[in-house]
Amino acid sequence: MTRKQRRWSKVLVFLLGLAPLFWLGWRAYNGRLTANPLEFVTHYTGDWTLRLIIISLTITPLRKSLNLPDLIHYRRMVGLFAFFYGCLHFVTYVWFVNFFDLPTMLEDVAKRRYITVGFAGFVLLIPLAVTSTAGWIRRLGGKRWQRLHRLVYVTAVCGVVHYFWLVKSDIRLPVFYGLLVTIVLGWRLVFRRRTTARPSTPLSVRKSAEPVVQ
Amino acid sequence: MLIKKPADLLYSEVTPKSLYFNRRQLLAGVPAAFLAGSELLSPTRRALANTKLNAAKSPFSTTEKVTPEDAVTHYNNYYEFGTGKEEPAELTKRYKIPAQWIVSVEGDVAKPRKYSVDDLMKLAPLEERIYRHRCVERWSIVVPWIGFSLSNLLKQVEPTSDAKFVAFETLYDSKQMLSPREAGIPLPYVEGLRLDEAMHPLALLCFGMYGETLPMQDGAPVRMVLPWKYGFKSIKSIVKIKLVKSQPPATWNEYAANEYGFYSNVNPNRDHPRWSQKKENRLGEFGLRNTLMFNGYNEVASLYNGMDLLRYY
Repeated sequence: MTRKQRRWSKVLVFLLGLAPLFWLGWRAYNGRLTANPLEFVTHYTGDWTLRLIIISLTITPLRKSLNLPDLIHYRRMVGLFAFFYGCLHFVTYVWFVNFFDLPTMLEDVAKRRYITVGFAGFVLLIPLAVTSTAGWIRRLGGKRWQRLHRLVYVTAVCGVVHYFWLVKSDIRLPVFYGLLVTIVLGWRLVFRRRTTARPSTPLSVRKSAEPVVQ
Repeated sequence: MLIKKPADLLYSEVTPKSLYFNRRQLLAGVPAAFLAGSELLSPTRRALANTKLNAAKSPFSTTEKVTPEDAVTHYNNYYEFGTGKEEPAELTKRYKIPAQWIVSVEGDVAKPRKYSVDDLMKLAPLEERIYRHRCVERWSIVVPWIGFSLSNLLKQVEPTSDAKFVAFETLYDSKQMLSPREAGIPLPYVEGLRLDEAMHPLALLCFGMYGETLPMQDGAPVRMVLPWKYGFKSIKSIVKIKLVKSQPPATWNEYAANEYGFYSNVNPNRDHPRWSQKKENRLGEFGLRNTLMFNGYNEVASLYNGMDLLRYY
């Protein structure tokens, strides 16, 4: 892929990442946020957070098993979009669900396990978003950066559990997402066993480079 | 020869609104008339076609702002027709309701009887009751229901001294509805009340809303409305009412007893294990209101004298 192609494809991925937000805006403009818009927006942003986390975790398995090294260039953006929708989800919880009622929210985080686990998953994304720049990769060093960014595995599991505990009885969707997370994390487990025997390729940290992590 | 004056216009003889509005189309095409004709044969199907109902005003009505009909009919919990809020309105469009809907009233009663919906509706004068309706999921609506107190029916079948509870059952058709596995709850849907709760004048046997017969997604042709309890207690599309000696099973209570009690009175002091019940979002409002004990229907408080409502939630 040429530099130019990469730039344009990144613009495309960026617009794709914004598409769910535009779709939400379009529905709002047309008054199609259901009879309970507060709940709809909360669930919508939550859904997209989880989906994007899973997509970001799918990039490495696809890249390696299909031999598409270029996919790595989009991983950071997908991860940051997951964080972006996670922030929107958090804001809807603070605003649309609780209307800034702090005591209720503190009680929720302490007492309601689905909120506790969802909140934990969100907080874990913050250091990852902060250290997503090339500068931070250099400062931390590839190995440590990699280890830190494996926290996203925990967030993915938190997201699925959060969803699973939230639904009243129809668990089909949370189970489906759980299956996807199992596959992408399971792939890493299997792949790691097969590769640890080989010597690892040294990681050169250039300005634009992102470390090759599984 | 005495010519007998015909009885009052039967509910089943009222032209359904959909047919009335489509009457030109009926003339326009024979096939359309044929299809509509088959609809004319079934009183129950007709009962579902948004027929206008005349109802007297009721002193039980709240003066609060009524939630728009469109919101109420497109935001339903009716798991037999999908677990999403907008699914029931969609999936019930394809649903074929039984040609003759029968409600069997049985059990510990002196006069058990199978009622058609027409018969049931004639038991007492219809009233319009504008009730607050609070869902266990923290949202609420205000709905103008049409019906009469369930006590009218119960008195007619004469409960015996053994009867202590009333068990309700919703129609279940596995061919046209979600399986219990898909819905995640046991089906058919069942609910229950203590007899004194069921006899309370607020307990409404409901046939309509917003001036018309109930749409399917809101529990046609006949449902219960219990405004002081969480919404899931107000069972929809009833086919059986049985008076029994001991506490009958209730679907959500069977599913998760710690989350959904048998009584399930609206109670801001008893949190759902997964969320607080202190506040609620009235659909259409941007903000929260305080949830009131018994949803503001304090006239039912005497039913629970001496009961610890945190224990019997």
